[in-house]
Amino acid sequence: MPAKAKEFAAAKPFPFPDYAAGAGVAIRGLTHSYADLQTIDGIDLDAPAYSALGLVGPSGCGKSTLLELISGLQDPVRGEIAIGDSTDAPGRLDHCAFMPQRDLLLPWLSAIDNAALALRNRGVRRGPARLEAGELFERFGLVGFERAKPTELSGGMRQRVAFLRTLVAGKPVMALDEPFASLDAITRAEMQQWLAGALEADPRTVVLVTHDVEEALYLCDRVAVLSARPARVVEELSAPVPRAADRDEAVTDPEFVAVREQALQALHEGMR
Amino acid sequence: MRRWLLPALLLAALVGAWQVAASTGVLADLLNLESFLIPSPVEIAEALWTNGALVFENAWVTLREIVFGFLLGLVLGLGVGFLLRPFETLRLAAYPLMVASQAIPILVFAPILVVWFGYGIGPKLAVVALVCFFPIAVATADGLRSVDPEAIKMMRTLDASRTQLLWRLEAPTSLPFVFSGAKIGATFAPIGAVFGEWVGAESGLGHLILQDNALLNTSRLFAAAFLLAAMALCLYGLLALIERRVVTWR
Repeated sequence: MPAKAKEFAAAKPFPFPDYAAGAGVAIRGLTHSYADLQTIDGIDLDAPAYSALGLVGPSGCGKSTLLELISGLQDPVRGEIAIGDSTDAPGRLDHCAFMPQRDLLLPWLSAIDNAALALRNRGVRRGPARLEAGELFERFGLVGFERAKPTELSGGMRQRVAFLRTLVAGKPVMALDEPFASLDAITRAEMQQWLAGALEADPRTVVLVTHDVEEALYLCDRVAVLSARPARVVEELSAPVPRAADRDEAVTDPEFVAVREQALQALHEGMR
Repeated sequence: MRRWLLPALLLAALVGAWQVAASTGVLADLLNLESFLIPSPVEIAEALWTNGALVFENAWVTLREIVFGFLLGLVLGLGVGFLLRPFETLRLAAYPLMVASQAIPILVFAPILVVWFGYGIGPKLAVVALVCFFPIAVATADGLRSVDPEAIKMMRTLDASRTQLLWRLEAPTSLPFVFSGAKIGATFAPIGAVFGEWVGAESGLGHLILQDNALLNTSRLFAAAFLLAAMALCLYGLLALIERRVVTWR
């Protein structure tokens, strides 16, 4: 476990479920259908504790469903998903925080109260909860925006607050559903670099769904390319390491470009 | 500024036109009526001034019926709206009944209420509450159902319990809807109060209007109607003011 994570865990005055231990995600023989429509067809995947797993696939292939299954918002029709020792849906829900595609910040709450939602839900009083979330605002470059209402924030800022809200939940696993899909290209690149930095400072197990191969390879350790519905794993790729700290440098690295080509090819294969 | 100035200008223009049409007798001639049957705004104001004590005494009675009846309807509407939220079957079962309750003219109900609750404030409160209840209940139920399902998932992964989901997400989401329903209810309330008084009352603006109608005392009748409209406007304005204070995110 990275030193910073240990420090963070130790500093928490309230109980975090299994946080100190970290937890990996293991998926075995996962098959799912919605009504008569089969959406997922026999997926096996692993995301060891503190690693980041990217899921790339054509739109409508069931990526988001897969994320909901992992998060414990649904139970699969067949197969098993384990987060740490928990295989049942409520157990997974305990270990997993979900960041939806749209930021879904509650417009009646300030940025800091939005970020502190999980703490408030766990019964932490408003004062301590704000203090707790405020620390993260400092660490992640959002100082001065604590009291801003979501409508006063830019798209990138809103997404940062939404990510902090997920982070503050203190769950060992974070399920991110196309977190930057709604942003323009420049902001997205900026946010990707920001997220990479945030995860380095505060490591968690991440499952990231995206349709952007570059984003997946830049942010994740391993990337699984999924086929069109019903989703199965076409190919699993390892992101090239070490990556340059600067995003532009990282994504133009010849090795990175080569893996990206490979991923794109797999993506095309899976569409057939 | 425009919010106040424009309605005030329109009102002044209408009152002015009315004054001219009534005082010159143009309106009475046009409708082929005796000119005393169509009082001018000045005459109405005079009637309000000379009968001030009587009119305001009755207005006070009606105002209480409107306010307390509205509050009763608000509580009932919110209660039913919230109750229907978690029980989809109950909602499906109760919705047609609620609609049916609104389809029966309140004038049919009111006499029975007088038989049941007597001549006091009771039946008036019941009638006012009944007319206010429906828009509020429907708005509350619809508001609670308008919550983004993705937001519910998000809250669940942030460890929200069912009650927390209700208070932190669903209730605030429904607030603008509730205010819309309440504002519609507020405009219905004076009508309910007048109907309630028409079937049996010893005081109130509705009672006064009935008397003045029989006496052909049209200027005082119009004065009473004006006060009723003012009450509805004030209640509506008050709700709009609270709404702007509370619902700051719209």
